Amino acid sequence: MPRLAVDRLTKAYGDKVALDQTSFEVAPGEIFGFVGSNGAGKTTTMRIILGVLQPDSGSVTWDGEPVGADHRRRIGYMPEERGLYPKMKVGDQLAYLARLYGLSAADARASMERWTERLGVGERIGDAVEVLSLGNQQRIQLAAALTHEPEALVLDEPFSGLDPVAVDVMSEVLRERAGSGVPVLFSSHQLDLVERLCDRVGIIRDGRMVAVGTVDELARHDTPRWVVQGPADATWVPAGFRVVADDAAGTVVEVPETEAGAEQRLLAAALAAGPVTTFTQQRPSLTDLYRDVVTAATEEETA
Amino acid sequence: MSNQQLGTVEAIRLVAGREIRAKVFAKSFIWTTIATVAAIILGGVLYSFLGSSEPDRVGVLPASAALGGPVESVSTASGTEVEIVDVADRERGEQMLRDGDLDVLVLSADEEVSLLVADELNSSLTSVFAALAQQQALSGEIEELGGDPSRVGEVVATAAPTVEALEEPAERDGGQIAAGFIAGILIFMALMTTGQMVAQGVVEEKSSRVVELLLATLRPWQLMAGKVLGIGAVGLIQVVAIVVAAAGTALGFGLVDTSSLAVGPTAVWALVWFVLGYATYALAMAGLAALVSRQEDVGSALTPVMMLMMVPYIIGVSVAPWDPDNVLVVVLSYIPFCSPMLMPMRIALGSASTLEALLAVGLTLVLLPLLVWLAGRLYSRGVLRTGARIKLLAALRS
Repeated sequence: MPRLAVDRLTKAYGDKVALDQTSFEVAPGEIFGFVGSNGAGKTTTMRIILGVLQPDSGSVTWDGEPVGADHRRRIGYMPEERGLYPKMKVGDQLAYLARLYGLSAADARASMERWTERLGVGERIGDAVEVLSLGNQQRIQLAAALTHEPEALVLDEPFSGLDPVAVDVMSEVLRERAGSGVPVLFSSHQLDLVERLCDRVGIIRDGRMVAVGTVDELARHDTPRWVVQGPADATWVPAGFRVVADDAAGTVVEVPETEAGAEQRLLAAALAAGPVTTFTQQRPSLTDLYRDVVTAATEEETA
Repeated sequence: MSNQQLGTVEAIRLVAGREIRAKVFAKSFIWTTIATVAAIILGGVLYSFLGSSEPDRVGVLPASAALGGPVESVSTASGTEVEIVDVADRERGEQMLRDGDLDVLVLSADEEVSLLVADELNSSLTSVFAALAQQQALSGEIEELGGDPSRVGEVVATAAPTVEALEEPAERDGGQIAAGFIAGILIFMALMTTGQMVAQGVVEEKSSRVVELLLATLRPWQLMAGKVLGIGAVGLIQVVAIVVAAAGTALGFGLVDTSSLAVGPTAVWALVWFVLGYATYALAMAGLAALVSRQEDVGSALTPVMMLMMVPYIIGVSVAPWDPDNVLVVVLSYIPFCSPMLMPMRIALGSASTLEALLAVGLTLVLLPLLVWLAGRLYSRGVLRTGARIKLLAALRS
């Protein structure tokens, strides 16, 4: 299974810069979450990977080789704007697409049956796509990305519009594909889902990758925060610590990393001021991280 | 499972195959084809029953048998077809008149011609026998005056005015005009429907966004080529069915005078011109349709081509059948985009020689590579861009 790498992609639409030196890699068997606000460049990146768009500069590589038509045929792709022939029957449509991706007629049929069954739409293969519910159309769209047994998956917002059961099925399929060594790249706005599912995350903002790494890695760079539930008002907090929040949920304090055991000094100060019921490290969620990264970038710009 | 390298030919074949299946098995296609073929055959049947005339049957008794020859020569001269039937006796003749097996029975051929009919003598036979009676009366008078009736007859027969015409006489009969009309209308309709199918197919893929999935594995020109070929094959199936039905009906019922209208070559030329016309119009329409994103916009995107199509059609049906050698008709019949409608009409009307037809074919063939390039360019530029309509020049320039 390949290693998929995006190397310094740049793309402009007229005056608008969509991508600016965007780089990241997805290793074999890795699930990579691609996160960013609308218009940040996720879809453009994916379209370039699939060769649907041409970059102004930069390259996409497949195990170090520039990605070509041969490689692209081995990628399973789910475009952002769902696309299937509305009046064509589900089964015929999936088999047709699989054949375009190089499967024999018999293999295409068998694979279509296996995947529709797996995704819980096996009974709908005789129906036209347009009569299916949006959720089922989405499952068919995923099946279209999977029927040719791709060696890499590029999915643009695969979870949008899915009910919780479908989200579970989709997550399970992505984990299973990654388990068999397939690099999986997907974008989503559901950050909790990305956090749960992804080995690594890339945050893109205005066409530039502002953070790439595991959620833990990204969190480590943040100043550790501790939550103290105990003494009212934060006057007890010693100098050198910064109070981030102070409300009913507790006092959130940033602890300087430079001083070993600083959190112990914080706890001692709290205990001295009154009884403490909770003292825990706050692990930033991807949502916090995302917000921080995006705001930080904005501050940088305005500064 | 191994993903085989998909060759260009195979890719185009798959795309074309999908188009053919999607269109041929559509109810609308099946029914319009059946309805058109049925209408043509039914029209032929009706025409042959209502329009053609059986020869009038003239019965002669042994006593009047001598009149058979003169009746035939007079009726041939006046353009009435008659069949002389020998009848044994009057009784048998009366029976045949009642049964409708005879139109008239000639009783005697003496001084005065006397006839027996069922109810009345039809108008064509009335004039035949009136002429015959006049001739006999004349012969009698000439003989009485001491002349030679056969000599007079010869002189009379050869006496004719000299006619000078300002223009060449039209050598076309009804069959040719009908064939010209049908060829022109059929090709126009077929090009219109198949061209729009191509345009709608392009926009369907664009608006449903399936094109993005397709272009991840196909090149834009492969997709366009497959679509144009597939829909072309569907159109050809329909046109062949209609042309075969029309030619078969015309020949089967003897509706046309085969000495003036060569049914086979006319039909083959109609097919050739459909294919050429389809290639030019489908390419133009595919390219233009790729510039818009919604089905509602297809109409306006195709307007220039539609206008281009109407010009030869209107000239074709309003001028060509009556005046196929009209300068405008002749000139336009060589020009690509116009020739597919006008040349087959001229061929059916017998106004174009094979050489002229081949010249027009050649001119269209010369233009085709340019159209392929142009349509491919428009299509590749336009097909992935959604939203507002793309300007034609911007698409060509970018």
